[in-house]
Amino acid sequence: MNDIGNTAVLRACGVSKEHGQGQSLVRAVDELDLAVPTGEMLAVMGPSGCGKSTLLHLLGGLERPTGGEVWLAGQRIDTMSERALARLRRRSIGFVFQAFHLMEELSAAENVELPALLAGCSARTAKRRAHELLERVGLADRARHLPPELSGGQRQRVAIARALVNEPLVILADEPSGNLDTAATLEVLRLFEELRSAGQTLLIVTHDERVAATADRLISMRDGTFVDDTRLSDSATMRLGDLIGLED
Amino acid sequence: MQDVVLAMLAKEPTHGYHLRARLRQALGPLGEAMNAGQVYVTLARLEKAGLVSCERTDGLPDRPDRKVYSLTAAGQRRVADWLAEVSWPKPDLAEFHLKLAAAAAARLADPVALVGAQRRELLRRLRDAQRAAMAEPDGSTAALLLEGVMLRLQADLRWLDACERTWSAGMNESEG
Repeated sequence: MNDIGNTAVLRACGVSKEHGQGQSLVRAVDELDLAVPTGEMLAVMGPSGCGKSTLLHLLGGLERPTGGEVWLAGQRIDTMSERALARLRRRSIGFVFQAFHLMEELSAAENVELPALLAGCSARTAKRRAHELLERVGLADRARHLPPELSGGQRQRVAIARALVNEPLVILADEPSGNLDTAATLEVLRLFEELRSAGQTLLIVTHDERVAATADRLISMRDGTFVDDTRLSDSATMRLGDLIGLED
Repeated sequence: MQDVVLAMLAKEPTHGYHLRARLRQALGPLGEAMNAGQVYVTLARLEKAGLVSCERTDGLPDRPDRKVYSLTAAGQRRVADWLAEVSWPKPDLAEFHLKLAAAAAARLADPVALVGAQRRELLRRLRDAQRAAMAEPDGSTAALLLEGVMLRLQADLRWLDACERTWSAGMNESEG
């Protein structure tokens, strides 16, 4: 597909994921090539069942491909031992999920601290980072709240702070707005936009057009393959007034 | 635009420049395309139609805009009618729908490719609207208009998905 250069922090070469055998063989992901340059915000969009979540799992080392290779920052990850892969996921990849996956019995701050502690940070460092990140996502005043006491948008922002705590090379988000209303989606998009400006690499799998439209680049996926790859950030900005028709 | 200007005059008689400022505030970033003359052209038409009357006031010498506009009785009736009206812009989809049908029938172009180009264009618009919405403060009324624009674009994008599904399935089969 695009140039697979040295600047790609994440790349896949001919990656496939097959389920079943013989007649019932399904190629959820069918020999895909992908290169995500550092600092890019990439959205992968497609109907449910097109394989986009499977692709995200393959790229994040949550599932192993049945063919092809996955590379993260010059390291091949699809052949790593389970142990090495778990460590790499913890340190180098930040995951954001539709259902947030926060620990309900831990406070917002403790949820953010947890991956830092698991990665070997001192308790003090973990606390400091969690505090900084909650401030960054605008939730410093909710640090002691439990997830059930937070709104959907706030929970997703905690989840994003948690994803950032080990300064990952890439954030992988699977339907991050799937459980959010319009206002909460806007909160999350503002945050993504801020991360993007700060140079964070983001790959977002979504069926939400509004999320997709904010990306630098948009890939459309159907039946396990890419059918379109568009650079949205290059296109000229239109006059906003042209979006409405108030003539005569 | 005429009805909008009339309804805005219902609050109180006012100058053209004040009307324009209120319009721009309500429209937010979407009002930037409105040119300065548009309100005045509309006011002149309304005056001609007897819906507004205009009174010259002794303004300051550095402020050329000395006309104060107010609604006439006919203007007030028209505002009431407009408020009671339930018209709504019709979705303008037939032209694109027929473009796909004609392109496929004459084998001029691949409908699926046309859908793809259209989708990219709508996504660009959605991106611009989204960026503008992200820049608006919470609770802004202009953000509400952007929200409406975005919801319509989303609906159109979903319709394009349906177009793509049908045309990619039907291309090689029947010829209507």
